[in-house]
Amino acid sequence: MPDVQALVNDFLNKLKKRKIEGSQATSRQTAELLRSVISQQRVPYNNQAGALIDAVKAVGEQLIAANPVELAVGNIVRRVLHIIREEDLSLTTAAMAGLNLSAVSDDEDDEERDDLPVLSAAVVAAAARSTLRPPSLQTLLEDMPDTAAIPHTSSSGGDSEGKSKSADKSSRSRKLKHDVIEAVNELIQDITTCHEQIAEQAVEHIHQNEVILTLGSSRTVLEFLCAAKEKKRSFRVFVAEGAPRYQGHLLAKELVARGLQTTLITDSAVFAMISRVNMVIVGAHAVMANGGVIAPVGLNMVALAAQKHAVPFVVLAGSHKLCPLYPHNPEVLLNELRSPSELLDFGEFSDCLDFRSVTGSPLLHVVNPTFDYVPPKLVSLFITDTGGHNPSYMYRLIADYYSADDLVVKRRTTSGN
Amino acid sequence: MEARRGWRAVPKVRHVGFFTPNEPPPPARTQSGPPDSNSPPLSNSPAGNSLSPVMIPPPRHLSDNLAHRATSPLPVPETSAFRRPIPGGDRVAVVGSYNPTDSMLGASPPLTSPSSRIGDGEFSEESSPGWFRRSNSAKFASSFPGGGFDLTSIKSSETLEVEVKKPVEVPGPNIAEKSGVAGAELQTESQSSSKPLKAKTTKAERRALQESQRAAKAAAKGEATGKPAISSEGAATSKPVKQQPSRKKDALPAATSVAASDRKGVDRPPEKERKKEVPPPRMQFDDKNRVEKAKKRAVVNQTEARNRVELFRHLPQYERGSQLPDLESKFFLLDPMHPAVYKVGLQYLAGDISGGNARCIAMLQAFQEVIKDYSTPPEKSLTRDLTAKVGSYVSFLIECRPLSMSMGNAIRFLKNRIAKLPLSLSESEAKESLCSDINRFINEKIVLADKVIVRHAASKVRDGDVLLTYGSSCVVEMILLYAHELGKQFRVVIVDSRPKLEGQALLRRLVAKGLNCTYTHINAVSYIMHEVTRVFLGASSVLSNGTVYSRVGTACVAMVAHAFRVPVLICCEAYKFHERVQLDSICSNELGDPDAIAKASGRMDVNYVDNLANKENLQLLNLMYDATPLEYISMIVTDYGMIPPTSVPVIVREYRREHLWI
Repeated sequence: MPDVQALVNDFLNKLKKRKIEGSQATSRQTAELLRSVISQQRVPYNNQAGALIDAVKAVGEQLIAANPVELAVGNIVRRVLHIIREEDLSLTTAAMAGLNLSAVSDDEDDEERDDLPVLSAAVVAAAARSTLRPPSLQTLLEDMPDTAAIPHTSSSGGDSEGKSKSADKSSRSRKLKHDVIEAVNELIQDITTCHEQIAEQAVEHIHQNEVILTLGSSRTVLEFLCAAKEKKRSFRVFVAEGAPRYQGHLLAKELVARGLQTTLITDSAVFAMISRVNMVIVGAHAVMANGGVIAPVGLNMVALAAQKHAVPFVVLAGSHKLCPLYPHNPEVLLNELRSPSELLDFGEFSDCLDFRSVTGSPLLHVVNPTFDYVPPKLVSLFITDTGGHNPSYMYRLIADYYSADDLVVKRRTTSGN
Repeated sequence: MEARRGWRAVPKVRHVGFFTPNEPPPPARTQSGPPDSNSPPLSNSPAGNSLSPVMIPPPRHLSDNLAHRATSPLPVPETSAFRRPIPGGDRVAVVGSYNPTDSMLGASPPLTSPSSRIGDGEFSEESSPGWFRRSNSAKFASSFPGGGFDLTSIKSSETLEVEVKKPVEVPGPNIAEKSGVAGAELQTESQSSSKPLKAKTTKAERRALQESQRAAKAAAKGEATGKPAISSEGAATSKPVKQQPSRKKDALPAATSVAASDRKGVDRPPEKERKKEVPPPRMQFDDKNRVEKAKKRAVVNQTEARNRVELFRHLPQYERGSQLPDLESKFFLLDPMHPAVYKVGLQYLAGDISGGNARCIAMLQAFQEVIKDYSTPPEKSLTRDLTAKVGSYVSFLIECRPLSMSMGNAIRFLKNRIAKLPLSLSESEAKESLCSDINRFINEKIVLADKVIVRHAASKVRDGDVLLTYGSSCVVEMILLYAHELGKQFRVVIVDSRPKLEGQALLRRLVAKGLNCTYTHINAVSYIMHEVTRVFLGASSVLSNGTVYSRVGTACVAMVAHAFRVPVLICCEAYKFHERVQLDSICSNELGDPDAIAKASGRMDVNYVDNLANKENLQLLNLMYDATPLEYISMIVTDYGMIPPTSVPVIVREYRREHLWI
């Protein structure tokens, strides 16, 4: 365990110091860390899933607190929690099938669990069904008697003792951990390959002689454009430089290296150029459940300009960027102010920094936010690794990846404590 | 003149635009003399100390006018019998203006203040050097030669007018005392000039603006064309200006083929004339033939930039770096170029002078120097030769940096003044009068206009406001400082953008003056817009469809402000209004140095594209301006008051004559 703790601390430090750039790297590293946490976690005899969930939540809470703005961390923690629940569910159903438990026993199980809080397969199945499977008339009907029991299961799952078929459970638990790690590996794989999956769709969206505008730099966008280029589409890209970080310069350099016709413009020229642009393709920092986008600073301006000129505003986002939370005042709460030195040279402005007003507060303020919030109404299309989606559909897409119990990672753990 | 006034009915005064409650009632500010009552009261507004509205007298449909030319949509009172037979010519002249006398009067009050000798000292101290980013910025006031042009001869014949003018009462402590004298002078000035001439020269000038070189060449051709108009003019104004015919003949120097056609058009129906009012197309740099021709004439040795953006092939873009040393080395070789003009050209090229007002003032002062040093070559007439000279200087300046529209208006004004010099004047008198005209233009159209705008706009600043401005506009800076002086409590947000980062200089100046400033870059504008209550923006030009043509990024800021329901106030002097229309920022724009994009100033770590500058696939686009559509603009603050952007064509139409001081 100590080595895991060291890993966790190391990662926490990196997060706090903002050493990790980009949500993809962050999410991959988070997933890897959680994998090692899971593999190091000693599983109790009973209630394997509960123990794993607790362990992950404990680490996850710290990670989220370390950089609350980096929503990808929370997303991955929730994804891993979801994976654990899902694997547990599938194992239980499998075990149930082995025990020849009929579907009729649903109601009995309910009663049994109410008395003895055993992690019953049927209950979990019923509980998870609502989030894991698309709702149908049947599942809705089945769920009816269970609704009251769902929170009970997850919260009280930890103290279930005895009374279960021990031999069966132990074999199951060993398998559970293994399965979970497998699934987390898959998740990591997904995160690393999400670019390719998104880029595969490029040809469907970019036509010959298209003029595309983008701002800042995003690896997803780069891959997307290059994929279209490889398919012999010839098109033109306007890259807004994305001051004050000038990531656009990097993107332009990469695009030029790959033979794309690239024009580098200043951010201020976005409005002037947008009327000659067919499509705006940008990356995102995170996609909220309402379809709003936390994006690199400046994109709200671009989105407004695109809306004014009826230019489609397309956001590329890997599934690790889908956040199940709804934003409240995201411009401020989900934002981060970077160093003023990126805007003003302190050496040059040292004389101005001393000026104070009568009350003693400094006269000069410099604001350098990192992110912008693009409301869903300005977004035309999301392209994720599962295809294109409307902003209004994002909540449903997100529900596929997370279970409702994990939305607030913090509260669960505190209540568990 | 007097007779004309007699005919006229007293117009009803229409109020346009926004009114500030504390303004004095308009009638009080109109001229008190009975004949003057029909002069537009708004004329006072630029000079007026108090906030004044825009007041536009309705077009007068006088029976006599209608009788003479029923076709003319804008009746012009006849000034003399000479004009009557050429209604078409008259019409051209006055299109967009209601009445010649009116416009003269209308023009006079703004003139009153600065043009007078009393005025200069006062204005020089009032215009703080920092307003126009120029080292010698105060020079325009101080260099003003004490209003020393001798108009006595004209004045004597114009006594009646002077009297008429004297009762003019201009509110505002600093200008009231000189209004009488100045008004009189002005009057004489405007009297001596006549309309038909104006129209033609305007044509010619506009043309000349576009291809001024050609204008010079064609000057000889146009010689004959000016004659009838001039003669009619001389008679019309019935001044001591009765000239020797030889002088009249070549009084229309810049008259090119356009002028000739204009003359032909004299007898044609007004529709044709109206067509000609449309500004001629600009030079399109994707037209190879014309580019070649232009190159042959060019003084500045420019090489076309290699890697140009497809969309902007119609705009000139040259390799930077080679021009400046090249020009500098040619300093002593360029014989025909006046050193003052040369200096200004170099300053434009190097970017030492930027900002519409500063550039315009620098140019006008250079022309002043030119005029002072000018002596008419033998066998040539001052008017013609000087116009050609100015034309060639202008084309030199265009080579250094494309002119802004405001400068185009100023050049138009100057050429107009040159063309309309009273033929009776001796060379020195003519030079003096031109110099003082230039001073008057600077003072009235820029300095005074700014003061009025500042007063107007400051009334829109309330305690607790958060004012956002973009880049660095000298008018906005004055507004902020003035509001601060008034003791209003507000915060300023300065939004800046690459590559010029003009906002940093503004920030420095404002902070030094004790204003509470927040500085950010344009990408963060939607972050900061939540707290902003007003947006003040400057403009390079306001086009007659309401589009505001301004520093690139202005449109973005206005758009975001609009999205956040924050009012956007454009502060722009009326001399920057232009009758052109524009829908996008692409058809007409200016391209800056593309290399400025590749380097981030003060950021050594950003050099990703430095070595890629010559790659074929990579183009760097440094746009200088953009066009803000009018729906983002809440109002435009001009020297005529605060108007909605939809009223820009009204200002352009009604006051064009005044801008040129016909």
